[in-house]
Amino acid sequence: MAASLAGSLRGRSAFYAALLLLPPLLWLGTVYLGSLFALLFQSFYSIDEFTARIVPKLTLDTYRRLVSHPANLDIIRRTLFMAIAVTLASAVVAFPIANYMARYAGPKMKAFFYVGVMLPMWTSYLVKVYAWRLILAKQGILSWFFGAAGAERLLDALLRIPSIGGPSLASSYLGMFVVFVYMWLPFMILPLAAALERVPGSLLQASADLGARPGQTFRTIVLPLALPGLAAGSVFTFSLTLGDYIIPSVVGAPGFFIGMMVYQQQGTAGNLPLAAAFSVVPIVLIALYLSLAKRLGAFDAL
Amino acid sequence: MTHAIELQQARRVFGSVVALDDVSLAVAPREFFALLGPSGSGKTTCLRLIAGFDRPDDGRVLLDGRDVTDAPPFQRNVNTVFQDYALFPHMTVAENVAYGPRVRGVAAAERRKRALDMLDLVRLGDFGDRRPNQLSGGQKQRVALARALVNQPKVLLLDEPLGALDLKLREEMQAELKALQQRLGITFVYVTHDQGEALSMADRVAVFNEGRIEQLDAPRELYARPRTAFVASFVGSANVVDGPLASRLTGRPAAFAIRPELVQIYPADSPVDGGLVSCEGVLEDILYHGASSRCHVRLMPQAVLAVVRTESAELTPLPQPGARVRLAWRPEDAVPLRKD
Repeated sequence: MAASLAGSLRGRSAFYAALLLLPPLLWLGTVYLGSLFALLFQSFYSIDEFTARIVPKLTLDTYRRLVSHPANLDIIRRTLFMAIAVTLASAVVAFPIANYMARYAGPKMKAFFYVGVMLPMWTSYLVKVYAWRLILAKQGILSWFFGAAGAERLLDALLRIPSIGGPSLASSYLGMFVVFVYMWLPFMILPLAAALERVPGSLLQASADLGARPGQTFRTIVLPLALPGLAAGSVFTFSLTLGDYIIPSVVGAPGFFIGMMVYQQQGTAGNLPLAAAFSVVPIVLIALYLSLAKRLGAFDAL
Repeated sequence: MTHAIELQQARRVFGSVVALDDVSLAVAPREFFALLGPSGSGKTTCLRLIAGFDRPDDGRVLLDGRDVTDAPPFQRNVNTVFQDYALFPHMTVAENVAYGPRVRGVAAAERRKRALDMLDLVRLGDFGDRRPNQLSGGQKQRVALARALVNQPKVLLLDEPLGALDLKLREEMQAELKALQQRLGITFVYVTHDQGEALSMADRVAVFNEGRIEQLDAPRELYARPRTAFVASFVGSANVVDGPLASRLTGRPAAFAIRPELVQIYPADSPVDGGLVSCEGVLEDILYHGASSRCHVRLMPQAVLAVVRTESAELTPLPQPGARVRLAWRPEDAVPLRKD
C-alpha cells in the first residue's frame, strides 16, 4: 500500500517534471536543432545548373563542388586564418584585463570594468562596424593619430606588408582584424574573468610559498586553471569570426569570407544547397577545434 | 644563537584597523611555537608577514638572522600549510607534492621519488596518482603537509591546519604533527584559535588580542600564571575576580584569577582550614560532565564563581541547587592580574 503510494507519487512528480520540461525541449528539439538539421539536410541536395531549381535527391555533389573550386578553398583558408588570428589576439588582449578584473580590482573598479566591457554590446553592431570604417579610413582618426604621433612611417610600413596591408586600414585585412578583435573581445574577457575568479588566491600564495617565481606561477597554476575559460572564450571568438559576413563586407580587402559566401549563395545566387554546405564548414572546424582543445586538456580542470 | 624567526616591532594597519600593533617575538630553532587568539586578533597577519604574503607597514622580519622584510615568499626558506589546504586541483597528489622541487628545477624522476617518499612519511604512499578532489579532509591535510615538508624548510608555518577536521581526527593529527615536528627537527609556527591545541602541542604560546601579544609563555606557565584577565579566560576557563568581591575576599580591590578546578566546595556549615581563602554563597546550578561537574555559586548579587569538581567516591555528594555552600581555595592559587 505504502509502496504503491510512493510509486504513484514518484510517477506523478515525474509527470510534472516532464510537463515542465516539455516546452523547452520542444523549442530546443524542433525549433532550434530541428531547423539546424533541416539546413544541414539541404547541403545534401544539389541545384540544377540550368533551371536553378533545387533537386531534392541526396547527393554529395554540392560538397564536391565546394572543395573542387580553388576559390572556395581560398575563402575557407582566409576565414580560418582570420579566425585563428582574431582568437589569439583576443586571448592576448583579454587575459590581462580579465586577470585584473578577477584578482586585483576592488568592488567598484570591478563593476566599472564589467560595464566597460559590456557597454559596447548594448549598441547596434552595424553602427559600430561603420564607425570603425570611419576610424580606419584613409583620413580617419587613426591615421590622424599616427600622424600626430609622428608615426606615419609606421602606418605606411604596416600597410605595405603584403596580403594583410592595403591602400588604407579600412580596406586591408589588418583593419578587418582590428575590428574583429574589437567586436569579439567581450566574449573572450567574460568567460576568462569568470574562470580566473574561480581560482582561489591561496593557490597562488601556495605556489609562491613553494618557491615559484611569478612567471612560473602563471604558467603552472594560473594558465592551466584558466584554460576552460580560455577555451570557452575562444569558441566564441573563433565561431563568430568564422560565421560573420557584415564586418568583411564593410571593412577590409575585397576577398570573400565564409559568411559572405553563405549570404550570397542563399540570397543573390539562390543556391541554398551550396550555402548550407558552406555553413557546415564552420561547424566542422569548431568541432575539430574543440576535440583538439579537449585532447590538450583544456577541460580537465572543469 | 640566531633565532629561527624574529619579528621586531612589526606593525600592520588595514584602513583604520590596527591588525598588528608593534609586535616583537623571537622563535628558537626547532621550537614548536603557537600563535593563539580569537579571530581578528592578529595571529594570521603575523603568520602572513613571516611567510611573505604581506609586508609590515613598520618593523622588520628576520629569518635565521637575515632580514627578509621585503623578500617575496619564493625567496624565503619557509613553507606554509594553508587552512584550506590550497592543493592544486589540476595536478595529481604526487604532482602537488613534487611542485616545490619542480619549480626549483629538480629533474622529473628525482622529484617524483622525493614526492612519493614524502607521501610515505604521511602514510599516503598509495595515493600519488589520485586527484585532490578524491581525498577526504584529513588526507588533503596530509598532502598539504607533505607538499610543504618535501622542500625541507627550516620553518613550517601552519595556519589553523586542523580547523576543518572533525574532533576525533583533530586529536589524531595533533599527536601526529607533534611527533613529526620532533622527528624532523623543524621549527613549527602554528596558528590556532583552539587553546587546547596550543597547550597540548606547543613549546611556547603567544596569546594575541587586538593586535598585541598579551602573554608569551610555556603552556604550563600560561595556564598556571595568566597575567591578564583576557589570557586567564581565553586559555582554559577562569574566574576573574575584581572590584568589590576582590575587596571582600582579599581585603584589596586588585583583580585576580582563580581556576574553577582549584576551588573546593563544601556544605555551608563545614569547618574550613584557617589558611584558605573562603566565602559563602548560594549554589545556583550544577552541570554534569561525567568525569567532573561544574557548579555556579552566587557570592554577591553580581558575582558568580564557577567551581569544577572532579567526581570521586570519597567526596561527599554535592548539595542540591539552592543550598548555601562554602567555597575555599589556597591563597597562592589566586593569580594576580595586570590591569589591561
